[in-house]
Amino acid sequence: MTAMPNLEQNIVNPLSHETEEENTMSMNRRHFLKGTSGATVMALAASAGLLGAGAAEASTWNENAFKAKNLNETVKALGGQTATESKDITITSPDIAENGAVVPVSVSSKLANVESMSILVEKNPNSLAASFNIPQGTEAFVSTRVKMGQTSNVHAVVKAGGQYYYATKEIKVTLGGCGG
Amino acid sequence: MADPMRIRANMVDGKVEVKVLMAHEMETGQRKDSKGATIPAWFIQSVTASHNGKTVLDAQWGPAVSKNPFLSFRFAGGKPGEKVSVTWTDNKGEKRTDEATIS
Repeated sequence: MTAMPNLEQNIVNPLSHETEEENTMSMNRRHFLKGTSGATVMALAASAGLLGAGAAEASTWNENAFKAKNLNETVKALGGQTATESKDITITSPDIAENGAVVPVSVSSKLANVESMSILVEKNPNSLAASFNIPQGTEAFVSTRVKMGQTSNVHAVVKAGGQYYYATKEIKVTLGGCGG
Repeated sequence: MADPMRIRANMVDGKVEVKVLMAHEMETGQRKDSKGATIPAWFIQSVTASHNGKTVLDAQWGPAVSKNPFLSFRFAGGKPGEKVSVTWTDNKGEKRTDEATIS
């Protein structure tokens, strides 16, 4: 994943904590170690970026769901047991996406009482890309753009009447967008 | 301060179709800079749209949503001249709210 083509060369991020000075590095390390058990340190380090400074503040953000690696894990993290495949969910997207950094994906559903809709990209580092709560009066339709690291199945998970349903579509990517 | 969102809200077949374009880096936390240091994640985590004080869409996003995110959805019960407001919050706690008039 680290060798993905970089769409924007020479990114300079003034907010990056990481410098080459050892002092700063060890400070960061201490910061990490604080409040975490040793066993999770590696996991934390791996996803360090994902757990940026503000992550703790957004308490409603479902961190577990966004860490899940596949469809079943994500459905469980969203609060369901299993998802049933459904023909009443439509994923609209190009079959072949030239640029994986910007893949337009729309999801719509004919199921009754839709409560939420989520978009998952199976082969991304973390599957879940976006999750939408659909209140009454809002159509079971969302359209957005997601990043895809490589050709992958895209799942749409819909919660309707307390049950989880899903549909799958493969989108081919010619230029990965994971790093871009 | 983040740049304003571009929001359009139009009546389509009796429903309000909302299209939002946000200005945000949506950094994944997986990329490295030229020195090999990981660029920290920076992305919009939650998006809420409301109309007349009622939430019409509420979303949680991960870093896999594209840079400068686009979002479109439709809801019933809106009339031309009324306002739709959209708020996003990113993982650094930064917020931005913008409004559009339904036409």
